[in-house]
Amino acid sequence: MSYYGGDFDVIVIGAGHAGVEAGLASARMGANTLMLTLNLDAVAYMPCNPSVGGPAKGIVVREIDALGGEMAKNIDKTHIQMRMLNTGKGPAVRALRAQADKYLYQHEMKKTIEETGNLLLRQGMVEKLIIEEDEVKGVITQTGAEYRAKAVVVTTGTYLRGKVIIGDLAYESGPNNQQPSINLSYHLQELGFEMVRFKTGTPPRVNSQSIDYSKTEIQPGDNVPRAFSYETTKYITDQLPCWLTYTGEKTHEIINNNLHRSPMYSGVIEGTGPRYCPSIEDKIVRFSDKPRHQIFLEPEGRNTQEVYVQGLSTSLPEDVQRSILETVPGLENVRMMRPGYAIEYDAIVPTQLWPSLETKKIKGLFTAGQINGTSGYEEAAGQGLMAGINAALKIQEKDPLILNRSQAYIGVLIDDLVTKGTNEPYRLLTSRAEYRLLLRHDNADLRLTEIGHNIGLIKEDRYNKYLEKKEQIHEEIERLKNAMIKVTKEGNQLLKSVGSTPLKEAIYAIGLLKRPEITYDIIAQLAPPDDTLDSDVAEQVEIQVKYEGYISKQMDQVEKLKKMENKKIPEDIDYNAINGLATEARQKLSQVRPLSMAQASRVSGVNPSDISILLVYLEQGKLKRVASTNE
Amino acid sequence: MELDTITAISTPMGEGAIAIVRISGDEAITIADRIYKGKKPLKEVESHTINYGYIFDPETEKKIEEVMVSVLLAPRTFTRENMVEVNCHGGIVSVNRILQLILKQGARLAEPGEFTKRAFLNGRIDLSQAEAVMDLIKAKTDRAMNIAMSQVEGKLSKRIQRLRQALLETVAHVEVNIDYPEYDAEEMTLGILKEKATFVKNDIKKLLQTAQQGKILRDGLSTVIIGRPNVGKSSLLNNLVHDNKAIVTDIPGTTRDVIEEYVNVRGVPLRLLDTAGIRETEDIVEKIGVERSRKVVEEAELVLLVLNYNEELSNADEELFKISEGRDRIVIINKTDLPENIDMVKVKYLAGEDPIVTTSLLLDEGVNELEEAIKTLFFEGELEASDLTYVSNSRHIALLNQAYDSVSDALQAIEAGMPVDMVQIDITKTWEILGEVIGDSVHESLIDQLFSQFCLGK
Repeated sequence: MSYYGGDFDVIVIGAGHAGVEAGLASARMGANTLMLTLNLDAVAYMPCNPSVGGPAKGIVVREIDALGGEMAKNIDKTHIQMRMLNTGKGPAVRALRAQADKYLYQHEMKKTIEETGNLLLRQGMVEKLIIEEDEVKGVITQTGAEYRAKAVVVTTGTYLRGKVIIGDLAYESGPNNQQPSINLSYHLQELGFEMVRFKTGTPPRVNSQSIDYSKTEIQPGDNVPRAFSYETTKYITDQLPCWLTYTGEKTHEIINNNLHRSPMYSGVIEGTGPRYCPSIEDKIVRFSDKPRHQIFLEPEGRNTQEVYVQGLSTSLPEDVQRSILETVPGLENVRMMRPGYAIEYDAIVPTQLWPSLETKKIKGLFTAGQINGTSGYEEAAGQGLMAGINAALKIQEKDPLILNRSQAYIGVLIDDLVTKGTNEPYRLLTSRAEYRLLLRHDNADLRLTEIGHNIGLIKEDRYNKYLEKKEQIHEEIERLKNAMIKVTKEGNQLLKSVGSTPLKEAIYAIGLLKRPEITYDIIAQLAPPDDTLDSDVAEQVEIQVKYEGYISKQMDQVEKLKKMENKKIPEDIDYNAINGLATEARQKLSQVRPLSMAQASRVSGVNPSDISILLVYLEQGKLKRVASTNE
Repeated sequence: MELDTITAISTPMGEGAIAIVRISGDEAITIADRIYKGKKPLKEVESHTINYGYIFDPETEKKIEEVMVSVLLAPRTFTRENMVEVNCHGGIVSVNRILQLILKQGARLAEPGEFTKRAFLNGRIDLSQAEAVMDLIKAKTDRAMNIAMSQVEGKLSKRIQRLRQALLETVAHVEVNIDYPEYDAEEMTLGILKEKATFVKNDIKKLLQTAQQGKILRDGLSTVIIGRPNVGKSSLLNNLVHDNKAIVTDIPGTTRDVIEEYVNVRGVPLRLLDTAGIRETEDIVEKIGVERSRKVVEEAELVLLVLNYNEELSNADEELFKISEGRDRIVIINKTDLPENIDMVKVKYLAGEDPIVTTSLLLDEGVNELEEAIKTLFFEGELEASDLTYVSNSRHIALLNQAYDSVSDALQAIEAGMPVDMVQIDITKTWEILGEVIGDSVHESLIDQLFSQFCLGK
């Protein structure tokens, strides 16, 4: 029997990394929001690696923060270690990564949600959506509650028809023996959504006290205090290290001898796994000439002895897993606490979504996170935030917020998903971004704070700080353009000390800063500003000046593409009515229904000549409309 | 890309006293200004004016050609975009040089019908003309497909694919260092990158030098007429020149004191070497004639060896066969209006695989066959000697030049000590441009490479 449960503006199904961002954003934008989850104790749960960030992903976390999301703040409060990666490379690829205390992370996030106004967190399993005339009107739970809403965001992660596989054992389950969500998946199929079956996996966990760390290499965090959020002022100083060890010949021998027991090779697993996250058995088969593979030992928190064995993701039978662990230096006497497993789940084909993450089929229905075929907490959170924002904007009857590829990694991620789809769980990589020099870790605030403020997720005081920073950067660059550095003995000595050529004649400060070996600090000594700059302002000045040539090259490309971005394609265009389009282009375009010519040109299987024809067709259409209004 | 700045030669090739190179797009005037010197830069002149000046090569600062340049500002132009029209002398060489300079400055070679298409897209043409434009685009696609196919099988394409693979592996290596900084792959250093980039740069340079057809179509196929005195070399020359409206140029520095003449034979532009020699030396002693021929043959890509039908083969004839061995060669047996005294069996033996054409230049016989033989030799009967062939090659040259510049930028950045991932921007760009040459620029293949080359995981 069902009963009326209440009226909301927005309902979020799921409270994982996508769900929490969606719910918080929607509530903070003033929408009365209900967040439903299978298990209140699994809010913002990290079923796999206990870490947040890394190349590309770390930049997403910064972007989430600049737009007013929660992930950055939450990890700043709950990490056990933080490192800046790629410091030896250019600014475009630097990225922050934190090891999380996964229990604290959950508790902190749950507390934030509980304390947020307009937001109700409730346990319940959604079985059905209420749809009226292709528009979502609410949800019905397993316990019979009927909640009404104007928009629904589905963030079911790997729970949809989840199936855990360990060796020849397979059972219906969400990650880590959580309850799976079965009926909702069938319901989505009934509604006409095309689904795919994906697979991912996780390694075993072991007890820290049984590890001989003397046989491993220590991997400490950075000594410099670091944070993801632009708002964080308190830094965690006592960090826990990770440890590095390796598989060896013996490991590989055991795996090879037991391949016939691996569900990957016996055919039990049907789902498509990601290439970038192969199981250890996969690595050994595909890269048989590699004598050893890295294993990172990562603590799962401060108040637990559980350690995540990164690099040993596997679905081999439990006894084999135990034998494998014992072959790894430092783990000879290890006590395994949980086995690794593979998990299969249903995802929807993401080309069924508009770039706003609203489904094309059902108005008001949004999907975000692993259900859209991605993998990773950060990818999920980025989508969740955008889906939450767009659900709230829809309630406000405003246009959706769509970030483009030159604005944010989140834009790259969503554009890739809805334009190209994916045939394996999708992971963000820096190489997926064509303008990665513009999409840096350090300038996420400059790129997105304005937008966050416009939609109401960034408060006035933070916005004003951002404006001030922007102004300071501008002023300092202007100053450097006019500041002459004269030839002095002390100055040249300083230059020599950093391996730079001494000056023969006076030079503008800006010119000197362009030398690769010259940092802003040196410039500040040779041509001191009136007031010492904040380090993040100085950093911006240095990057913007030093890499100006490259940055402006990419800006030019963005500018060129803008014309094509601005050529809009109507949602209801009939591609079958267009003469001359190649069959493949016709099919792909009908499926993806791109909103701009630029997006159309990124659809796979669409050639430049198809784009030409489409451009001409649209122009004809305009003329016809003009002609008919004149009659 | 659509709506970028495009350029093309807008007058028929090789005919007419003047030729026009058109540029259309936002950057039309900026691009033209980079290679034009006049009283004022073009960005400062009034719209719809024609301006006298000259075109120069910004790299060498060398003056190329006197020109009249029209500046037409949007929207009152054919395409409703900014347009520049460079009016120059109608010779194939000068027009092409100007076109190449414009392409090098960042314009893209227009596709057939593209100016019209622009005009339409910008609302310049009415609906009734739209269908015609569509047909043009469709026709273009079909032809482009054919061209693309024949190029895929070509040597150029194979070489570019090899080059791209080398670049792709390098790029993937840089990427793996970036996306998986803790992965135990060897760190890609500037040293290794420099080595790879230098290799690629040199290979592109070679490609540019040996992009044979492209070079021929741009510069003309260097051709020499050899033969003993009085076999009819001058008549042949006059005949080719007369029939094909030769453009006499005198380019200092190319060949010492030799005057060259350009003729367009059925789409194959011939650059006739040592025409002065031919005209002057009809009656000099044979020995000197052979010596002179030997020198000129070295510079020639095509040898037209003329024999006398009316005379027996001499030692000098055989010597001429020897010195032109291994070159593309057409053997012409002239004076068929007189009785046969030549040993045709021996001629065929000496000629080997080379085509033999019999002519009577006096009676104007056999000239068609000769012209056909020239065309067949260079297009191997497969391609129409139409604009399209010319276009697609010009496109290659422009792209290869861009790729060369891009990899040079990368090398410069390496020298300046830029971080690896910055250098990589130009390396990736080189890879993408080379992909455009063979019509393949799929971004996804980088990610495929990444995962097949390296064993990555969490």
